[in-house]
Amino acid sequence: MSQHSDTWKIAGREFRSRLMVGTGKYADFQQMAQAIEASGAEIVTVAVRRVNISDRNKESLLDYIDLKKYTLLPNTAGCYSADDAVRTCRLAREAGLSDFVKLEVLGDEKTLFPDNEELLKAAAILVKEGFTVLPYTSDDPIMCRKLEDLGCAAVMPLGAPIGSGLGIRNPYNIRIIMENVKVPVIVDAGVGTASDAAIAMELGCDGVLMNTAISGARDPIAMAESMNLAVRAGRLAYLAGRIPRKLYATASSPLEGVIG
Amino acid sequence: MKIIVNGEEQIIPAMSVHDFLHSIECDPMPIAVELNRSILKKSEYRTTFLAEGDQLEIVWFVGGG
Repeated sequence: MSQHSDTWKIAGREFRSRLMVGTGKYADFQQMAQAIEASGAEIVTVAVRRVNISDRNKESLLDYIDLKKYTLLPNTAGCYSADDAVRTCRLAREAGLSDFVKLEVLGDEKTLFPDNEELLKAAAILVKEGFTVLPYTSDDPIMCRKLEDLGCAAVMPLGAPIGSGLGIRNPYNIRIIMENVKVPVIVDAGVGTASDAAIAMELGCDGVLMNTAISGARDPIAMAESMNLAVRAGRLAYLAGRIPRKLYATASSPLEGVIG
Repeated sequence: MKIIVNGEEQIIPAMSVHDFLHSIECDPMPIAVELNRSILKKSEYRTTFLAEGDQLEIVWFVGGG
């Protein structure tokens, strides 16, 4: 299958790129815009924060993101309760006029692991209010099934803790999650370098979401391009169908006609 | 009168939300406003008047993952 025809959908909306990128922690908006461009992503995450009333000279992030080209995915980063997350989503919808939200409800500042109990509560409310909910969750197949049952548009299990760069620590759970749900599976968090993104795609995930792996690289724009290639390479390898792993060798050259 | 804007106390004359946003140069931006924990739609900014003790949250999008 050519890359061209290999599109995917979230809640009926079609996308070509399977890479979703964050907009945090760049040196400046210029660098962020160039990195997004190089990544080829069509969905970009943003955070919702208080406007600084006393210093109103700050540029707006949205001056650097062409909303005709990119789909905004506001997140609920920093929320530790279902209430705060729901409130943030309602504000995001009003500011951005889109129903897409990346729902995260955190349980702990050190690990930033999700509080899945609060996550389920928030997801249920938001789905009822008509949001397209993309929840960041543990790499837990049962949680992912519950989130799908609630009506979430995708599930986003973590590969490893946010910003850790540890890669996909439990590829077997990710595989089980994909067997367990029909909605898109997007690995969110944990990617450190291009091979991690490729592995997510080779596992058959529908997409990968990352921020720090790109913005924290020595050259974020070059890393964004490498992630673009890695996601496409991994996806193509998945579609091509890898050979089975075997313990012993299988010769690539003919066994007949060897001299001597 | 006293109102709380983004967690900080402000003394302002009586005015609409629209006029207040204009006074702090927030009106041309893509923002969202919550008044006493309820979302205020953009169409309501002109017709909603601030009252003593009101709590206003004004948010926008910033970089995040």
